[in-house]
Order: sequence, then C-alpha cells, then structure tokens
Amino acid sequence: MTPAPTRADFDVILDIVPTRAKVLDLGCGDGELLIRLAEQKSAIGRGIELSELGVRQCVARGLSVRQGNIDEGLGDYPDASFDYVILSQTLPYVDDPRAVLCEMLRVGKHAIVSFPNMAHWRARLCLLLTGKLPDDVFPGPRWYESPRARPVSIEGFLSLCAREGIVVAQSIFLNGSGQLHGILKNSLWATTGLFVLRGTCTTCAAERGPARHES
Amino acid sequence: MAPGSVGIVQTQYYTFAEPPHELELESGELLGPITLAYETYGQLNEDKSNAILICHALSGDAHVAGYHSPDDKKPGWWDDCVGPGKAFDTDKYFVICSNVIGGCKGSTGPSSINPKTNKPYGLSFPVVTIADMVNAQRHLIDYLGIEQLLTVVGGSMGGMQALQWAVAYPDRVRSAIPLATTARLSPQSIALNEVGRQAIYKDVHWNGGDYYDSEFRPHAGLSLARMIGHITFLSDTSMHEKFGRKLQYGDKYGYHFKTEFAVESYLQYHGDNFIRRFDANSYLYITKAMDYFDLANGYGSLARRFANVKAKFLVISFKSDWLFPSYQSKEIVSALMANGVDVTYCDIDSPYGHDAFLLEVDRLTDLMRDFLKNVFVKAERELVSL
Repeated sequence: MTPAPTRADFDVILDIVPTRAKVLDLGCGDGELLIRLAEQKSAIGRGIELSELGVRQCVARGLSVRQGNIDEGLGDYPDASFDYVILSQTLPYVDDPRAVLCEMLRVGKHAIVSFPNMAHWRARLCLLLTGKLPDDVFPGPRWYESPRARPVSIEGFLSLCAREGIVVAQSIFLNGSGQLHGILKNSLWATTGLFVLRGTCTTCAAERGPARHES
Repeated sequence: MAPGSVGIVQTQYYTFAEPPHELELESGELLGPITLAYETYGQLNEDKSNAILICHALSGDAHVAGYHSPDDKKPGWWDDCVGPGKAFDTDKYFVICSNVIGGCKGSTGPSSINPKTNKPYGLSFPVVTIADMVNAQRHLIDYLGIEQLLTVVGGSMGGMQALQWAVAYPDRVRSAIPLATTARLSPQSIALNEVGRQAIYKDVHWNGGDYYDSEFRPHAGLSLARMIGHITFLSDTSMHEKFGRKLQYGDKYGYHFKTEFAVESYLQYHGDNFIRRFDANSYLYITKAMDYFDLANGYGSLARRFANVKAKFLVISFKSDWLFPSYQSKEIVSALMANGVDVTYCDIDSPYGHDAFLLEVDRLTDLMRDFLKNVFVKAERELVSL
C-alpha cells in the first residue's frame, strides 16, 4: 500500500498528544489520524464521522467510530472522558462552533483545534484588491459550489477564546513549509492555525447550569 | 452447491428443564421440558473462543445457512452472511443459531405437545419474553460448553436478543451486533403488532387458540397479519422501486376487486406463503414478547441498564427503516457511550426499509467482518497472554 499523504497538522498533533492518551477525533474521516496516534503514541482513540464510507474505512482499520454529526454527537460522552478531543480542519463546517468548542472542553481535558486561517496575507490582499472572496480567486471549490462553510481567522478565534475564558495552552501557526516561529509567527503568514485549549467556555457553562453528573 | 455455501446441514435438538427443574419465566410461570432446535456451522476451536450466536427475527428459525437436502430450493435465511469467506466465515468461526422458545420451528412453543395433557399447549402455553428466549439460549450455550461468545448478532427481534445477552450475561459476551433494532419497542410497533394479532383473533378458525385438532386453521388471520408485517418491512422508496404502480397482469385496469397491482400480489404471495410455514399462536406469542421488551424498565434509564455491559458493540441502523427507525439505535448508542462502552455505530443509507438488514449484504459484510476480525484478534491475544 502506498502511504497516504499526511496533513501537516497531523504531525503537530502527534507531537502534542502524550503516550497512551485517550483521544476523540471529531470528523475522523478514514481514521488516518487515529491510526497514527494508536501506532505512534499507543493512544486509545475513538472517532465521530459523518460519512458512512468513513465509518466503514475506520472499522476496516480496527477503529471504533460513531456515525453522526459533531453538533449533536458529543452530548452522550461523560465529562472529562477523554484526554484530548480533536477537531482538525472541521471548525468552519460545524453548525454552532462555540457550542462545539464548549462540548469539546467538557468531554476532554484538552481540546485541539486546527483550521485554515482566512486572515493569511493572500486572502487579505485578494479581498482588498479584487473585492472578491479568496475562494473566488484561488484554485479549489468556489463559495457557491462547496458545502456551507464559514471563514475563520486566527484573530477571530483567539478573541472568542479570550471572551469565553478559554485557556489557550499552546498556539501553533503553520504554512506550507511547516511551523512558523519568531517574527514569522503571525496570522499574515499562517495558512493554518492550531490551538491546544483548556478550561470551560463561560457562555455555554452558564447556559448549561450546574455541573451535570449523568447523561 | 454454490461456492461459499456451508452445504447440507441438519437441525439438532437439545432438551432441558425436565420437571421438576423447569425454567422459571419472567412472568413467574414455569416451563419444562424445553426443546431448542438449533444448527451449527463450522468448527469450535480448541480454546472455544470462536463461537458466534445468531439470533433470528420474528418469523425466522434455526436454519440460517446451507440446505437441508439437495432438493431445497432456498438456503437458510441468512445464507448471504454465513459460510466460507462470508461475514460470518465458517472457516474461522463456529456459528450457532437456535429457534426461540414460543416459536414453531422445532423449539417448544404453543403448538408443542404439553406432556401433562398430551395435547398441544395452545393458549395454555405461558407468555414468554425476550429475556426468557435468551435464558433458554444460554442453557444451549452451556450445553455446548462455550464460556464466552465471540459475538451475539441479530436483526430486529434478533437484535433485541443480542442486547439482552449483553445485559443479562455481561461476562459471556465479548461483542454484540444489534442490527435494525431497539432497546424498547415503540408504541407504533406495538400498535402494528396488535393489528396483526387482532387479525388472528378475529379469524373464526382461531377458536381461542384451540385449532390444532381442527381441519381448519386461522389462515386468513395469519396471512393478513403477515401482509401488514410486510408493509412495515418495506419503505416508501423501496415500494416505488419494487412495484411502482405496476399491474400484475396486463396493462389495463380491470375495474374489479381481484388482485391487480403488483404490490397487492406481492403481499398476498407472502401472506399465503407464511401460513404454510408458521403457526398463528406462535405469531401471537412472539409479537407479545417483542411488545414487552423494554430494557430500561425498572432501571430508570437505558444508561443505567447498560452499566454492567462489558461487550464491545457494533450498532447498525438503516436510514429508511421506519419500523425500527435510526433514532432508536442512536438511543442504544447514547446509553452505551454514557457508560464508556466501546461502540461503533453506522447508519446505513439504504432505501430498503427494515428489510435492509437482510438485503444490504455487501455493506453489512464489510462492517461485520472487519469488526469481528478485530474482536477475534484481540480475544486470541488475551487468551495467549493468560
């Protein structure tokens, strides 16, 4: 078998997750990340995946995956039942991002979130100079032919975390050639932002009321 | 014989619960002696770690795969999934299936002779539940010398039995595969069962369940019950695909009340067929057992009931199944997840309604074969390390 192409954020996630951690991957696709976590980190992995094909591929690889959508799928897991809950590149596609983040932090002791950064300089310049949204200019599906997705920027994401009292334990900026450091670690240069989060989201915690013990 | 067939098989019988050691039923009544009809396929391995129990649905029997004689037209009811190289690979696994108590396919049921009266039980047969069916199966598994089943699998009422196994005998089930099923029968399903039963009660030949000595049987009632059943097994989409508005004979309306549409003919065919192979009283008893099935009953919630579950689960539902809709499987998944049980869930996008668990062979085979392989590898590893 030819090795599957790896996503840059997978390598970073593999570095972050400690050995034998219990991990939940939201939108786990064909299970690539969970398999690598199991093989390289002896992680105990579970997944939630929307597509039937993805679920079948995961089962073929010996993974335990639940078919469902992320927005409704997290409610059944008890509090702090995972060490890490991962949302890799899927944040723009969830119905209620804040609620999902909140649930990730309830179910997991940590959350790892990565997403394509819409505040990359090329995107900014594109909107400024052409008046068109970046997906109208760059290759790939156009805004009118891809599934509903909301653009997320690193700045916007971090200000949400600040407002909600979510602790950003680690932030990693990536572009095509790898991690950005020093002066280059700036939203202008980052195509992907990846964040390790802790704590609880104040708005959702208030809505949820006192801690629940049983689902 | 087609490749992948288990070939010619024979039904076997196991009798237990001889008085005074009758089986105590959930209702408190005693039943004995009890005979279970069962079939097995493949070989039990040395450490007895490769045994799979298949539980049948409402009208099923112990004859899952293969043929009883070379002249048989049809193989067993799940031949697509049981045999060499199939989902339940009989080259690797030892597969068992037994007819439920209350049934009419060789196991003790209302049409069996009551040894106390030397007459068929009829309605004097005690009401049995899914838990009783599983308890009886457990005696068979004991008799076969199997400590732990690799998996218990079944669709519809078979899935209820798989769930019951996992809660009643948590140490004896390594994994469970409930398909197109529910942890508590919904009022809609109870309603449909009741209509089927009413069709039988209202048949004059039913005679309060006492018809075994009569030359007439409640065939009209039973076949009507089966026709209703068949509607619930299909979906709007599958009816469009299978029949549309097609006429069975010719292409012009006859302006009469004879069988005309293809869908009518299909239902009548299945109704007529059913009376040849099924007993009306068994239909009453088995549908009643399904009606009583509610795993949460007495536990406050399904999650509490699943607290002792040790088995790994593969739960499968079908999007167009309106008899056991996906939400009912999701309820099972949620309650298992709340207990940290290792669950895989797949909601197969099939147009075939409830029947999909018998028709979506390829997709089911992928899922069940891969899931089982993983459970089996783990079981072997654990046994080696003991």
